[in-house]
Amino acid sequence: MKKLETFGIKPHDADLKTNGKQWSVMEKLLLGLTLDQYIGQAFRNKFNWFLAIIFAIGIPVIIYRFIFSLGAVTHASYDYPWGLFLGFGLFCMVPLSASGFMLGTTVEIFGRHDFEPIERLALLNGLLGYFFAVVYLLVDLGQPWRLAYPMVYSFGPAAVLFLVGWHVATYLSVQIAEVSTAFFEWIGFRRGYEFIRKGTIGLTVSGIILSTLHQGALGALFVYAPGKVHPLWYSSAFQWIHFFTSSIPAGLCMVISVSTVVIYTMKWRCDKRFIDNLDRITISLAKGAAMGLATYLIIKFIAIAHDNEWAYFATGWGLWWLFEIICFVTLPMFILMYGIHHRIVGLCRIGAFMTVFGILLNRLNTALIAFNWKLYQEIPHMWEIIIAITIFAIYVATYRFILARLPILYQYKSQAEEIEVEVSEEQVAPAKA
Amino acid sequence: MSKISRRKFLAGSVAGGAAVMMTPAQKSFAAGSFEGFPEGMGVLVDLTRCVGCRTCEAACNLEQKLPAPALPFDDTSVFDEIKHGQKRRTTDKAYTIVNRYEPKGADEPLYRKIQCNHCNEPACLTSCFVNAYKKTPEGAVIYNSKVCVGCRNCMIACPFHIPAYTYHSAINPVIKKCIFCYDTRLKEGKPPACVESCPQQVMTFGKRKDLMKIAHERIKKNPGKYVDHVYGEHEVGGTGWFYLSSAPFEEAGFDTSLPKEPIINNVKDFLAIVPMVLTIWPALFTGFHLLATKGKSHGHGDDHSHDEQEGH
Ligand code: SF4
Ligand code: SF4
Ligand code: SF4
Repeated sequence: MKKLETFGIKPHDADLKTNGKQWSVMEKLLLGLTLDQYIGQAFRNKFNWFLAIIFAIGIPVIIYRFIFSLGAVTHASYDYPWGLFLGFGLFCMVPLSASGFMLGTTVEIFGRHDFEPIERLALLNGLLGYFFAVVYLLVDLGQPWRLAYPMVYSFGPAAVLFLVGWHVATYLSVQIAEVSTAFFEWIGFRRGYEFIRKGTIGLTVSGIILSTLHQGALGALFVYAPGKVHPLWYSSAFQWIHFFTSSIPAGLCMVISVSTVVIYTMKWRCDKRFIDNLDRITISLAKGAAMGLATYLIIKFIAIAHDNEWAYFATGWGLWWLFEIICFVTLPMFILMYGIHHRIVGLCRIGAFMTVFGILLNRLNTALIAFNWKLYQEIPHMWEIIIAITIFAIYVATYRFILARLPILYQYKSQAEEIEVEVSEEQVAPAKA
Repeated sequence: MSKISRRKFLAGSVAGGAAVMMTPAQKSFAAGSFEGFPEGMGVLVDLTRCVGCRTCEAACNLEQKLPAPALPFDDTSVFDEIKHGQKRRTTDKAYTIVNRYEPKGADEPLYRKIQCNHCNEPACLTSCFVNAYKKTPEGAVIYNSKVCVGCRNCMIACPFHIPAYTYHSAINPVIKKCIFCYDTRLKEGKPPACVESCPQQVMTFGKRKDLMKIAHERIKKNPGKYVDHVYGEHEVGGTGWFYLSSAPFEEAGFDTSLPKEPIINNVKDFLAIVPMVLTIWPALFTGFHLLATKGKSHGHGDDHSHDEQEGH
C-alpha cells in the first residue's frame, strides 16, 4: 500500500469518487484499487505470506480434527478436559476483548467524546475477540453442532457455563449491532445506521451488564474445582472479582496494543483525526489501565490474606505466582504510571503489551498450569498448539481485512455529508453523525 | 438534551435491560440447593476387606458391555502402572478401577476401588449447562448423552476425577462413567454388578442412611482396625458411596482436602450477584449518563448531534 501511495493512489474512504460517481461494492472491497493493483500489493506484503504458511499447515489440521475427532489432535486427557482451545481461546480472548464495553461506556454513558476516535476500534476488538472465542469453543466442543442446545433445548440454569453461554451469545449480538453502524456507513445504508445509533444507549447499558456478569462468570467457572486449581490462583469468594477486575486493564491494554500495531503497520488507513488523537488517547487509556491494575493487585493480595495462603510463597508455586504478579502486574503498572506522568507514549505502549501478556499468563495459569497441581503438568499436543495458532492467525487476518475497509480508523464521508465534513473538521472531536 | 430524547433513551436502555432480564439466565439464581433423596441407595466400601482381585472390574466390564481391556482382569501388574506419575483412573472403557497403595507402617497393601461416588449434590450435575445429569430418587447419578454438548465442564467439576470422555469419536463423543448399574439393576432394586460379584463382601448395598449407621458401628466395634472417619459422609456434601479404611485416607490416595459443603455452594456467592447486577446496573449507568452529559448538552457539537439522532 505504501508503494501505491507514492504513485498518488489513495484508499477509498467516501461514498463518492473524486469525480462524483458512486463506488460499487466490489470496488470498495478492493479498497478502491484496480484488481491488478490489489493483487500486486497483496503479494508484495510479506505478512500475507506468513499468514499463508500458517493457513497451509493449520487449516488441514483443523479439518483433520473434525474428521478424526478431538482425540486425534489432543492428548485426550481426562484430567485436563480443557486444553489450549479453552485455556487460551476462551479464557484469554474474552478478557482481552473487554475493550468494547469499556470504551462504549466511556463515550456513550459518560459522554467522553474525546475518546471517540478510538471507540470503534475498541468495539471491533471486542466483537472479533468474542467471535473468535466462540470459534475456539466450536473447535473444542465434542459436539459443536449442539452449541445452541443450552439456549433452546435443554437448560441447566444452575450452571455458571449456562450464564456464560447465554451472555456471550447475547453480547455478541449486541456487539454486532454496535459495529454494524460502521458497516452500514460503508455499504451506504443510511437508515440502518440511524436506527442502530438510536438504540446506542440501550445497547451500551446491556453491554455493561452482560460484560460484568460473564467476565466474572469465567472466573466463577473455576470455583467448581476447589481442589484442582492451586490455592494461590483460586479463591472461592474473589475469583469472579479477580477475573472481572483484571478484564478492565486487559481490554484497555489490548486496545493500546492493537492501536500501536495499527499505527506502525496500517498507517495508510488511519485518518488525521485518529493519528493526531492517538497519543493523547493512549495516555488516557493507560491511566484507566494503571488504575485497574492497582485495584487488581490489591484484591489479589486480599484474597491471599482472606484464605491465609502466605505459606505457599515458600514453595515453587509461590515463586511462580510472585513472578506473574511482580513482572506482569506490578511492573507494567509502574511503567504505565511513569509513562503517564512523563507523557511518554512509548512507555505506555510497553506497559500495555506487558499487561496483555500478564493476562495471558494469569488465565493460562488458572486453566492449565496451576490446574491439577496435585497431579501432573499437561503439555498440549503439537497439533493442538498448531490449531490454536491457526485460529489466532485467522483472527488477525479478519481483523486486518475489516480495518482496511470499514470506517474504523478513519471517518467515512457519506454523500450527504461531504459538505458538512468541512464544517465539523474544525472541531477537536468531530461529530460522528 | 431535550425532554423527548431523554425519554427515548430511557426507554432504549430499559428495553436493553429487559432483553437481558428475559433470558432464562435469570433462572440461574433460582437454582436451589439439592439435598439428595433421603431414601436414596448407597454402597459402603470397606477397604480393609479388599484383596485386589479385580473381580468387580471384570463384572462392571461385562454388565456395562465395555470393550475388553488390554490386560486380562486377573493380571495384577496393572497395579504398578504409572502414567504421568499417577495410578490408574477411570476411563471411557473402565468405569471402575482398583488400585494398590502401600500405607506407611502397614505390612499389608491396601486396595481401593474407584468409581463414581454418586454424590448427594453432584458437582458434575450442577456444572452442566444442558442438564445432562440426573440424580435419580434411587440415588444414582445418570447421564443423558442425547443433550450433551461435550463442553467437559463436568470433568472439570467432579472432585473425584471420575467422568471420562470418548475423545476418539468424531461424530458422537460422550461422557462415560459409572451409572450405579441404573438401567439394568438399580431401577429394579437390585444391587450393582460390581457389588454382587465381590468374593470378599467389600461392598454393602442398601439405603444410604442405614449403611451410614453400619459404618459407624463397625468403627465403634473395632476402633483399632479402622480410622475414625467415614470418607464420603460429609465430603462435598456427602456421597452415595462411602469408605472405611484401616490407614489414613490420604495414604490410600483419597483427597482429604475437599470441602464439606457441596461444590455448588462455592458458586452460590457468584450466582447471588447476578440478580443484583441485572437490576441495579441499568438504573446506575443510565443515571451516570444523565449526570455526565448534563450541562454539556447545550452548545456542544457532539451532544447536539446525538440529540438530533435520538429525537428523530
Ligand atoms: S463422583 Fe463425580 S461424577 Fe460421580 S456424582 Fe460425584 S461429581 Fe458426579
Ligand atoms: S460435557 Fe456434556 S454432560 Fe458434561 S457438562 Fe458439558 S454438556 Fe454437560
Ligand atoms: S455400579 Fe455398575 S457401573 Fe458402577 S462400577 Fe459397579 S458395576 Fe460398574
